[in-house]
Amino acid sequence: MTARSTQTRVAAVAELESSCLLRPGNTNCGGCGMSIALQLLSRATAGRTVQLVVPPCCGWVTGGNYPHTAYGASVMASTLGSVGAVASGMANVARLNSEKTRVIAWAGDGATYDIGLAALSGAAERDEDVLFICYDNEIYGNTGGQRSSATPSGASTTTTPRGKRGAKKDIVGIMMAHQVGYVATVSLAHPDDAVRKMRFAVDARGFRFLHILSPCPTGWKADSSLSVHLVRLAVRGGLFPVLEARDGALVVNVRPEFSGVALAEYFSHQRRFRSGSVDVADILGAVGRHWAGLERWGARLENGEPLGPIGPQGSAAGPDGGAR
Amino acid sequence: MTSRLLSANHAAGLAAVMAARANRTARGFCAAVYPITPQTECIEFLSSQAIEKGHVVHVESEHSAMGVCLGASATGARSFTASSSNGLAYMAENLIAAALLRLPIVIAAVNRTLGPPWSIWADHGDSLLFRDSGCIQIYCADNQEVFDSILLAFRLAEDPSVLVPAMVCLDGFVLSHTLCQTEVPEQEVVDRLLPAMDLPHRLTDTPVIFGGLAASPRQIEVHRYRHQDALDHVLEIYPAVQDEFEQALGRRPGNPVVHYRTEDAETVLLSAGSLASTVERAVDMARDKGERVGSLRLRMVRPFPFDHLRRALEGRRHVAVLDRDISLGFGGILGGEIRGCVPPGAAMQDYVVGLGGGDVRPEHVLDLVGDLRLRPDSPRSHLVEVGR
Ligand code: SF4
Repeated sequence: MTARSTQTRVAAVAELESSCLLRPGNTNCGGCGMSIALQLLSRATAGRTVQLVVPPCCGWVTGGNYPHTAYGASVMASTLGSVGAVASGMANVARLNSEKTRVIAWAGDGATYDIGLAALSGAAERDEDVLFICYDNEIYGNTGGQRSSATPSGASTTTTPRGKRGAKKDIVGIMMAHQVGYVATVSLAHPDDAVRKMRFAVDARGFRFLHILSPCPTGWKADSSLSVHLVRLAVRGGLFPVLEARDGALVVNVRPEFSGVALAEYFSHQRRFRSGSVDVADILGAVGRHWAGLERWGARLENGEPLGPIGPQGSAAGPDGGAR
Repeated sequence: MTSRLLSANHAAGLAAVMAARANRTARGFCAAVYPITPQTECIEFLSSQAIEKGHVVHVESEHSAMGVCLGASATGARSFTASSSNGLAYMAENLIAAALLRLPIVIAAVNRTLGPPWSIWADHGDSLLFRDSGCIQIYCADNQEVFDSILLAFRLAEDPSVLVPAMVCLDGFVLSHTLCQTEVPEQEVVDRLLPAMDLPHRLTDTPVIFGGLAASPRQIEVHRYRHQDALDHVLEIYPAVQDEFEQALGRRPGNPVVHYRTEDAETVLLSAGSLASTVERAVDMARDKGERVGSLRLRMVRPFPFDHLRRALEGRRHVAVLDRDISLGFGGILGGEIRGCVPPGAAMQDYVVGLGGGDVRPEHVLDLVGDLRLRPDSPRSHLVEVGR
């Protein structure tokens, strides 16, 4: 390789890295959904000035030890329960100074569903100019895998060794109830849809909320090569609705198959569900009830059609809809 | 300069507003507030004022109030909040973070006893929770001092050699709800006293993590030593800042330890906050009877003015500390701190008095003067009941 082509290559890598929110040398586990999500977010924020607010979570450890940082943007490390509040302060100062800086909160489920819920709700109610993104790994990953209110029923964690009892909190419903400008879910298995939503959310004004199902190979006890596949299965099964709420309309971007086979595979790949009693038929029932709720919110498909009969018994179900 | 009839709550709010306006040429002002008795009028006042390049965020908790202040200050804005009692306790995590992040946020702490049982009256147990947090702490005795101390707090906190939060403490109701004539300077005067805030470590577009992981215990050690140094600096720059203030406003802020009739006093009574006003009346009464008694008011609790206290206590025979607080399982907090500054040979007694707003009257203080001479020297606090 000539000196010149090496130089060009180095320049190209440097350019890539400069727009990259997550740079090489970060400490995330292999196959971490959060790493994939940050790569997608990098595409959405390219060319924009962003500041991140990150609470103590896996996303915080990602940055590495002071004075190093694996983040390609400034990061304010907030306390665990204050992401929404700290981001509000930053966004207000950016506005007072007519800066283009977009303030993005990057928080796990603990700092979103649990300890940070009040600050999140406050920021949403005040319609702060903040994009709040929850990468939901359904567990306190950073502390070694304890249950959170985002942990699904039946999943074993270090504090629910026989499987968690009770359902996962519906954070998307909670945020839609705040009637903020934009609420969307992001599937890591649908990158085009993901980047489109992220880009819209980065540029929109007022409070925006994105929810990302973020596989955690370590905590889910799954093979690290399967992360994207697991999200695809969750979407196919209807377990993770891919949707967006904006201007009073709730749109489903990916029509699920309500596939029991997909769900069975989703659970079988994760050893966290081994000790609990996960019954696919029960899950499909719960999924159906959740989608009925979305329909009551007025959910439509992207082409404007109604969802149609839903759930394992409905015609919207895939060919293996009722499989047991 | 105009003279205005203000409660200390409004005096604190007005000083914050003037400090806010003074930063309009820099990165502006962002406060965050949440109501709790007895500080509520302060934040109501703050919210009623138009502030050029300023914004007041009405949050859902004290924890978030300080959270917003963290974000605002970290991005370079002047920032302020006020709270009391359990509100301050609820703010604790983020206030400690503000100190450790070296953010010059100013907090008006309107003292109110901690609950339960719930009471709205004053003692210093709430603000003294933050004795060890790394903030400057100033305790005020009247409304003018509250107004001046808020301005002074911004000046000290934002000094490039300091950069820590500053808490200005004022007794609930006794000061917060009492109207007094207060001298208010013109905005230009405040502009000169408080130049544009320039936080050297503010977040910019350069990628850094502000407040991330320390790689080693050594980093924590260095961080703490520097913080300790910064607080030591406050006392070093204090006389020059007093000069500046005096030149700008025509009156001199009090010393870290304020003397009252101590010239030839054999007995000194040390207290903090508005309690000192009562002690000073008792001193007058004792002096009328020919007793050589004086009052010392601890205005600055952090940084702790060791040298001022050593000098102030030199040659005294009896020292009484009146603590409007209690560290349960220990005794009076200030007494425990001041003991190390009492000269050998002098007898010291700590009295815990006026908890939960107990009305300490000059007669009570005079009783303590008598008690002090008879009581054998003991490191244990004596609990005095004045409540009815
Ligand atoms: S523990 Fe889970 S969420 Fe955390 S870095 Fe590892 S894979 Fe990612």
